[in-house]
Amino acid sequence: MSTTSTILPKDEAAAQGELNVQINGTWHRFAPGTRIADACNTVGAHVPCFCYHPKLAIAGSCRMCLVEQGMPPRLAPGQEPSYDAQGYQPLQWMPRAIIACANTVSENMGIRTTGNITAEARRGVLEFLLSNHPLDCPICDQAGECKLQEYSSDYGSGTSRFQEEKTKKGKNIDLGPRVNLDQERCVLCHRCVRFMRDIVGEEVLGAVGRGSNCAISCYPGLKLDSNYSLNTVDLCPVGALTSKDFRFKMRVWFLKSTPSIDVNCGTGSNISIWSREQEIYRLTPRQNDQVNSCWMPDSHRLNYKYINAEERILNPTVRTDIGAPQRESTWDACLKLSAEQLQKCEASKTAIIVSARMTNEELYLVRALAKQLGIKEIASVSRKGKSDGMLISADGNPNTTGEQMIIAEKATALEGICSGIKSGRITALLALGEDITAEAGLSADNIKNLDYLLTLAHSKNGTTELADVTLPGVTFAEKYGTMINVTGRIQRLNQAIEPIGNSRDDWSILRDLIILLGSEDEKLAALKSARDLVTIMADEFAAMAGLTWGSIGNDGKAIISTGVTIPLIEREQASK
Amino acid sequence: MSYTPIKRPKFSLADRIYIVAIAKGLCRTFKHLVLALTRRSRHREDFNSKGIGLCMPFPEQRWDERLPEYYRGAPTLVRGEDSRERCVSCQLCEFICPARAITVTPGEVDPASPCAKQEKAPKEFTIDMFRCIYCGMCEEVCPEQAIFMSQEYLITLTDRDKGIRDKETLYKLGGVRKGLVNKWNDHK
Repeated sequence: MSTTSTILPKDEAAAQGELNVQINGTWHRFAPGTRIADACNTVGAHVPCFCYHPKLAIAGSCRMCLVEQGMPPRLAPGQEPSYDAQGYQPLQWMPRAIIACANTVSENMGIRTTGNITAEARRGVLEFLLSNHPLDCPICDQAGECKLQEYSSDYGSGTSRFQEEKTKKGKNIDLGPRVNLDQERCVLCHRCVRFMRDIVGEEVLGAVGRGSNCAISCYPGLKLDSNYSLNTVDLCPVGALTSKDFRFKMRVWFLKSTPSIDVNCGTGSNISIWSREQEIYRLTPRQNDQVNSCWMPDSHRLNYKYINAEERILNPTVRTDIGAPQRESTWDACLKLSAEQLQKCEASKTAIIVSARMTNEELYLVRALAKQLGIKEIASVSRKGKSDGMLISADGNPNTTGEQMIIAEKATALEGICSGIKSGRITALLALGEDITAEAGLSADNIKNLDYLLTLAHSKNGTTELADVTLPGVTFAEKYGTMINVTGRIQRLNQAIEPIGNSRDDWSILRDLIILLGSEDEKLAALKSARDLVTIMADEFAAMAGLTWGSIGNDGKAIISTGVTIPLIEREQASK
Repeated sequence: MSYTPIKRPKFSLADRIYIVAIAKGLCRTFKHLVLALTRRSRHREDFNSKGIGLCMPFPEQRWDERLPEYYRGAPTLVRGEDSRERCVSCQLCEFICPARAITVTPGEVDPASPCAKQEKAPKEFTIDMFRCIYCGMCEEVCPEQAIFMSQEYLITLTDRDKGIRDKETLYKLGGVRKGLVNKWNDHK
């Protein structure tokens, strides 16, 4: 028995508000309330889980996360605890395994994730899960990212002893407009049920039947039609819930995932873009506890089809004379012509309409372009909508905060420019990244009043039909850049695919135009990527001081305080 | 265990200096040289060989009946005895193909068709015969016994477009194969 006067590890840990836990023979410290599964995973002792998800309530139904647990022996009345040389009490290991997801760590606890008991427990659980599994991996969309596949190869037995007929359940069931269910593949982890009940707050899914006939189903008369329904597909550890949009499109092992952000609203949900060669196949949410937790709305997730659509503009087009038809041109000729034409336009009669859908780098170059041309009137189109109380922001533009930081001090009202066009005060317009016939409140007739219209767009729209010069830019998946979301967090867009056709990165189009217009800014001329612009902008804007592309990171950085919050994140943090 | 370690043989000094092996090899070469020069090569009559050595007048005379069972010719797609398209477009052959000759476009089976249980079948399946190296990995990797190496070795094309074989051509070449596992019936 050690009775040293030095402080025991338990007291030392308690002073810091932590607990000592031994995992696979090594002592670690964790905050009280940490789940055993989380504790093991953070120190690299992997615990396999089907039903456990850090953002959902605990179900403890799959029994996959069984680990061995040991505690100090219970003392007889009056007995003094004994301590080893390091100051820990000896561990008495329990004869049976416990689940790691529903139990939390405690002082002087021991956990073993390896060894005969856990290996045998995992093998047994997998054998039962696989006894009725259809083994249709060749046609299952989850193959390649399926937990059951992974754990079977890691902990399974490899052969089946099951002689009986497998249970038949429903296959290819239509659960809702975007989700399909295969009940035979389901491992009944109830993740989807808990997500719909606790996060979305719509009780749509439940389990019916008993024993081996138990299956997930919608309640009678209900459909899984929430705008967050596709998150259940991400949550599903196996191929039971599959996305109708991604159904049989591509095997996941061919896809490359690029971290980026959603550009459909001001929240800027973190996403992964999944692409193969030059095509985008799906978008999935990427965890960021400050922005979107692990979720994203379906409407935003499915809004990627325009990237590989027919409507993309593949070549710069110009109209060489008034009334002449538009024809395709080359970049050199087109940019030279644009620069010549812009120089002829009178600065006081010229205006720029920019888009808050552009990245900070592009907006910065638009400002430089305006300065080069001496244009005073710049405005952007605002998109005010309604928040859904979850992740969709009331602001439909992804970079309003950035636009306000870069352009706003000089901006004029959009109405002023529109009325100027209608009255003939403004005769030349640069519509950059915005279809002015759609939300700016201008009709085709109004635009015909203009003597000169230059537009920068990635897809054909009302403005490109009327434009004298169309410069084909790229969509969010084809460029690098930063945007600042409604909460004032700067986040990065990464390039997943190369620009389609002869389109070019918007920033390089603007930069070349500025140089052709006679700018002698050496920094601009030397730029190789939009990523370098962050460093240049960091010198100019106080909010961005000290930022570089690398220091922003994949999770972004809060740089401005706007007072706006994201309802779902508020709720999540309040419930902690 | 997914692999078995191979036991390497122990080589003696005589083995390691190669001289014996080289001498043996040269003996074999000289034996055939003598046989060829004296016009006594094996299978000379079978091949209808003229002049010295062994020479088969191709294409009048073909090698076909001598092809071993395991010969790897052009890959083809097969149908089962129930005339079901066996391929479920799992794209493993596309993944494994070292020459990237295979391109699969997955598609959905019509729910009204008798093969609806299979759910998935290729919308398009092309093999670029200019790229194919006849390695047979596609046949080996196929979990559905759908792609087989045929004995076709004479791929002489008059048109480059014909080198890229589409699904229809591949099924025609593969035909129906008997005795395969029927995985997608209603009892399974």
